[in-house]
Amino acid sequence: MPIDSVDHVRAGLAEHDYLADEGLATAVFLALRLHRPLLLEGEAGVGKTELANVLAAWTGGELVRLQCYEGIDIAQAVYEWDYARQLLHVRTLEAAHRLGEDVEDELYSERFLVRRPLLRAISDAGDGQRPPVLLIDEVDRADDEFEAFLLEILADYAVTVPELGTFRATTPPIVVITSNRTRDVHDALKRRCLYHWVEHPDFEREVAIVRLRAPDASERLARHVAAAAAAIRQLGLYKPPGVAETIDWAEALAVLGRDELDEASFSATLGTVVKYREDQERVRREGIGVLAAEALRGA
Amino acid sequence: MAPEESSGTETPQLETVAVAFVRSLRSAGLDVPLGSTLVFVNALAEVDATSRAQLYWAGRATLVRRSEDVPVYDREFAHFWDGLATPDRAQVDRVKLEVAVEDPEADADQPPVPDTEEARPRQTLVVRASPVEVLRHKDFAQCSDEELHETRRLMDDLRLAGALRRSRRLQPVRHQRSPGTRPDVRATVRRSVRAGGEAVVPSRRGPSERPRNLVLLLDVSGSMDPYARELVRFAHAAVATRRRRRIEAFALGTRLTRLTRALSSRDPDEAMAAAAQAALDWSGGTRLGEALRTFNDLWGVRGLARGAVVVILSDGWDRGDPDELAEQMARLRRVARRVVWVNPLKASDGYAPLARGMAAALPFVDDFVEGHSLAALEELAAVVGNA
Repeated sequence: MPIDSVDHVRAGLAEHDYLADEGLATAVFLALRLHRPLLLEGEAGVGKTELANVLAAWTGGELVRLQCYEGIDIAQAVYEWDYARQLLHVRTLEAAHRLGEDVEDELYSERFLVRRPLLRAISDAGDGQRPPVLLIDEVDRADDEFEAFLLEILADYAVTVPELGTFRATTPPIVVITSNRTRDVHDALKRRCLYHWVEHPDFEREVAIVRLRAPDASERLARHVAAAAAAIRQLGLYKPPGVAETIDWAEALAVLGRDELDEASFSATLGTVVKYREDQERVRREGIGVLAAEALRGA
Repeated sequence: MAPEESSGTETPQLETVAVAFVRSLRSAGLDVPLGSTLVFVNALAEVDATSRAQLYWAGRATLVRRSEDVPVYDREFAHFWDGLATPDRAQVDRVKLEVAVEDPEADADQPPVPDTEEARPRQTLVVRASPVEVLRHKDFAQCSDEELHETRRLMDDLRLAGALRRSRRLQPVRHQRSPGTRPDVRATVRRSVRAGGEAVVPSRRGPSERPRNLVLLLDVSGSMDPYARELVRFAHAAVATRRRRRIEAFALGTRLTRLTRALSSRDPDEAMAAAAQAALDWSGGTRLGEALRTFNDLWGVRGLARGAVVVILSDGWDRGDPDELAEQMARLRRVARRVVWVNPLKASDGYAPLARGMAAALPFVDDFVEGHSLAALEELAAVVGNA
């Protein structure tokens, strides 16, 4: 599918219920056209991971996800030999007295290779036409040594397995890397990537997103919820609500049959937007009535 | 599309303009590698370069790699493409930090005096062999240049031992029955191959330990002047010698500045100069609460301070709102493993934490230690190591 403009990207993502602003759409467009990984940073819950899901749905490529965590290594990210099966295989051959010269080649063949996400993304995912979407999620959780390794793979989309040879991607995957910025991602990795800082959406966009993602919520309710969420974000909470929380909130209120945000329903559903006890206290101290009234006015 | 048609005449010109724009970004302090410039030029060929928004975003996606750099980019973009003036840059005079420290005797007793760069009479220094022991306990504010020089040399030898925390990373363990271990098939196979294919002794892997993050927050306001430079020096000793341990340093002034990058240089003087460049509000006022809020929002609560040892080096003189400070300290306290407050004034006779900021922050502090002399900093290193 040839992608010819920023608007095309925006429309494509919107088809799959993802409303990107001009900045994000431009970054995605450039990532697709220049075949560069896209590094997304931003608050939790602004839709970084979701972008990869939607990109996969839109382009039709398979989504390959690698969730990073501390201590992740090649065995979990790229490939591993299936030792148990190898051992079993040797024993079987032994029992059948067929243990020959070529047993090692047999043991280190693709049959015993366990492909982890990075190898899958460059070797067998996708059908040549539609490149897979490789999501490397929360890269900041992995150790920085892992980044150096990632860099190598992203430089030429190839992985070398010493026993087998080099796997090279026929169509390079679309790579989306997300980071919550618990630490700085290494500069060398950033240089490989296009960078975009994902902001909380502005009010109108958030209303539109809520309408799309929580279709049961009325326009009126969506506006109230978005306005209240914006007000809550101003309080300097421990964890300010992201779009994901706003959507949950609107859904919860819709399930309760509410058409607008009043003090009682605000209070009853506070747990869907604000998820720390201290934050909830903070919101209550600020006065739920006040916030609700503010939301009504803001909407 | 428009750029396609006009590419014959337009493109070379665009390249030149793009390079000029990158140069202006660089001169504004943005670190743009050559590779990014090339990507930027390629990106311009893809987007509709006649649209201001697309031009803006193409540049932001390719030339900016840190969200902190966005304001600089915005300013330079406006300046370069729209021909607007750059008021911010004109306003902020870069405060040059002199690495050589003046004789600070004059204001040793009255902390909150902003430094007026008047030429104070310099004491003629008698060169003598400083007994290290005396020097170690001497208040930085009372040290002569010569003594400070010696102190710094000693400080460079200071190492911060790391408190450990349990890591998710597994490592081979010797004791087979220790709790929390799991079988290590890879090592077992390797071992059994050595033994001729017999899987005799299973190997196991178990949890390991790794050093906790250490965060240094340095108050660089006017009242801290006699100490700030030595404390930054201390931070440099810590940052430059970190190995596997993650150590981050920030300057707290009227705003928050991250110093880690600046302090990463091995050469102490170079690092100090870079730090002074980075923190524009050197020797200004303090709004501890606000700066701490920025730290919490952008770095701390997000993960940097989680399970970390956080060291705040400040005298607690604060022009901001004490409630705000207390609130931010509480937030910090909730994520950090340990909060250490280093106050150089604590060593003064009859010191009571009367400064409003200090009083507000104290309930959230695990260790309240002195920081006026090398010996005090050594004590600090010990506290940090045992956290």
